[in-house]
Amino acid sequence: MAELPAVLILAGLAAYAVLGGADFGAGLWELAARGSRGRELREHVHHSIAPVWEANHVWLVFVLVVCFTGYPTAFASIASTLTIPLFIATIGIILRGTSYALRAGEPSPREEGVLSVVFALSSILTPFALGAAAGGIASGRVPVGNASGDEFGSWLNPTSLLAGVLAVASAAYLAAVYLAGDARRAGLPEMVSLFRARALRAGVVVGAVALAGPLVLRADARLLYDGLSSGGGLVAGFVSGAAGVTALALVYFGRFDLARGSAAVAVTAIVAGWGLAQQPLLLPGLTVEEAAAGDATLVAIAVASVIGVVVLGPSLALLFRLVVTGRFDPDEQAPPAVPRAGSARATLGVPPAVAIATGGLGAAVAVVASGWLAGAGVAVMLVGATLGFLLLAVPDEET
Amino acid sequence: MGLGLLAATLAPVQQEYLLEARQMQAMSLGVHIPIVCFGIAFPALVMFVEWLHLRTGEPVYRTLAKRWSKVMLALFAIGVVTGTILSFELGMLWPGFMATFGEVFGLGFTLEGFSFFVEAIFIAIYVYGWDRLSPRMHFLSGVPVVVAGITGSLTVLTVNAWMNNPSGFRMEGGKAVDVDPWRALFGNDYFWHELVHMYVAGYIVTGFLVAAAYAWGWMKGRRGRYERTALTVALTAACLAAPVQLVVGDWAAREVAERQPVKLAAFEGLQETTEGASINIGGLYDEDEGRVKGGVEIPKLLSLLAFHDPNAPVKGLETVPEADRPPVAITRFAFQTMVGIGTLLAAISAWFLFVRIRRRRLPESVWFWRAVVAAGPLSLVALIAGWVATEVGRQPWVVYGVMRTEDAVTGAGGIPIGYATLTVVYVGLMAATAWILRRLARAPLEEAQAAPPEVSRG
Repeated sequence: MAELPAVLILAGLAAYAVLGGADFGAGLWELAARGSRGRELREHVHHSIAPVWEANHVWLVFVLVVCFTGYPTAFASIASTLTIPLFIATIGIILRGTSYALRAGEPSPREEGVLSVVFALSSILTPFALGAAAGGIASGRVPVGNASGDEFGSWLNPTSLLAGVLAVASAAYLAAVYLAGDARRAGLPEMVSLFRARALRAGVVVGAVALAGPLVLRADARLLYDGLSSGGGLVAGFVSGAAGVTALALVYFGRFDLARGSAAVAVTAIVAGWGLAQQPLLLPGLTVEEAAAGDATLVAIAVASVIGVVVLGPSLALLFRLVVTGRFDPDEQAPPAVPRAGSARATLGVPPAVAIATGGLGAAVAVVASGWLAGAGVAVMLVGATLGFLLLAVPDEET
Repeated sequence: MGLGLLAATLAPVQQEYLLEARQMQAMSLGVHIPIVCFGIAFPALVMFVEWLHLRTGEPVYRTLAKRWSKVMLALFAIGVVTGTILSFELGMLWPGFMATFGEVFGLGFTLEGFSFFVEAIFIAIYVYGWDRLSPRMHFLSGVPVVVAGITGSLTVLTVNAWMNNPSGFRMEGGKAVDVDPWRALFGNDYFWHELVHMYVAGYIVTGFLVAAAYAWGWMKGRRGRYERTALTVALTAACLAAPVQLVVGDWAAREVAERQPVKLAAFEGLQETTEGASINIGGLYDEDEGRVKGGVEIPKLLSLLAFHDPNAPVKGLETVPEADRPPVAITRFAFQTMVGIGTLLAAISAWFLFVRIRRRRLPESVWFWRAVVAAGPLSLVALIAGWVATEVGRQPWVVYGVMRTEDAVTGAGGIPIGYATLTVVYVGLMAATAWILRRLARAPLEEAQAAPPEVSRG
């Protein structure tokens, strides 16, 4: 039971790395979108991520809240020691979200250029900072305690640098693969070849960084290295490597949809490998078991997760199905949107006196009574106000 | 490693910049809370306009709903990022609070996370689904946005209510034991007034801010059917909510009087426990002399309002040691600001409702429209002032009567640097938000050509 939040956190991290990572990478490619085709490329990037980026971002929030509910001491230790990289990441998130949202305002070309640069730079800064923070945790540099670790050394070190670069590079890679696939579906052959080439280059960079990984970890984070070079950690490493190579080959042959899946497996395996390599420790001297919240809280997390899966699973499936089948593409033909014209009047069949009486009665009870009766009065008053809204908010033309 | 050691390792630390940490948290909340209002109220208003379209087939309603939905999405994006920083700050600024009580109240945020997820998914489907889904499916895709907007803020408010009236755990050796998160969050009867107060505030802020934008246009002569519809819907919501809020606020104040008498004393600047306590309207609290200077005194009104008895004793600040009292001047000033603006908004509402019901039209007086333009920003000020009153009034406790804010704060350095950085970023964010709202208001109405001529602006 104590491991449940850890599993959820790792699952959330993997989803964030794959889905959110692709969004970050898409932003990064905008930086490379200069010149005559720049605007066209940025449009393509923008349309690809528009409907999904908020949902993809929520995985990060999910990881945070499960962490502080399930392992409160560990969360407090991590956040207080790694304050600087986490703060940098949040600033990056704010800049990114804002520069993204502003696109909806139909900016002029010059404004759009500025927004694009801010969006791209924050898309690099944020995954790097988050990766560096993860590297600090993985290399055992976050002790239990209130800001007890080194405020700089905890995230400025070889392992953090490795993790930060890997996060940015794999984001760029994932994004290029996704964008190539989207471009094919949208019928943009130039974009397809452009992003195919970029995916191949980024894939090689990711591979090179990943291969350098064991050397860095061996020198800098021995415990993590030992965990990754034996048992489940080693298996995960191999799975990741194999999936990564497969994905690269699939990109080469232009099978982008399969490559997406394979690249996602590679990233997920790295996250899983980290978890397996660290267990049973969460932080130095603190096992997952010791860090876990009480049983009642763990059960509550389990209940909430079941509700979450039941509600979110179909919802996410619906969203991604609409996106992947191209229903939200700009040039997609719309189904007829004309409703039954004038077939009914927009009026409510309730006499105004009923609304006034309900609201007035509720208000009187709320003011005069106390305790739960006052609360009941407030509830009745709200019903009256709602009826009043439905009567009064219908424009005069309809009444 | 035993539990005792864990508790000891996150022991309180000296933090020179506790006040700056509190201000930074307050600023982050202050930037996010107005967006929450839109999350609570705006989806319902947008769907109401879409429903008008489905009922009548009039294209003008569709144009308006579509336009509003774009504003809704832009504000949601700002809410996503300003909300994320809050989750980080809980740990970055208040590790003592999180380490000890994360397992008690964290469930609220976990449930909020799921709500937020649902909202993010369906807001995308709703906004990008115009012309792509059948009208019926499109309308239905808005329902989860409305529901999640409500449940998301509800679960966060349970956490705030718990901080003010903590239960569902026992303290033992500096650690929370026997934790029951469901009871802590949902078995708290000190929660309901806060929930209703905030929800009604959501409709006031959203309604008046939206109305203010169109009222500005109204004064410049933009009075087509499109604008009249926008104003009718937004003003009806706000002007019903504002008078309702007076009653809800009265209820909330009585709850505070009963459970957090020291907070009420700070609201009113009441030093000594008094029978037949009066209310001072206006004036400023002098911290040195411990009394309100200036202002209009109304005898026995506080006792009457708080306990329905003109001679009831009202507890003063002196009932607790000085170290347990909140900063009174700020709390009282914020409370007076909220009540003052709230009353003014209710007066504007009475004007609107009178004309709307008796004459079946919108008011014509230019003074009404000037008042509505002012009511938008004023409603925001009242919202922030209300939160300042209740949160500063909770001090010096982060968990009321259980943990002091100074024992929750981080030991990390550099708080002033973070605070300054975030201030600069947020000033930029607010400028950017203002820019995009102006743009969205001005951008051509794509469907205006297809609609009857009276729809077009001008």
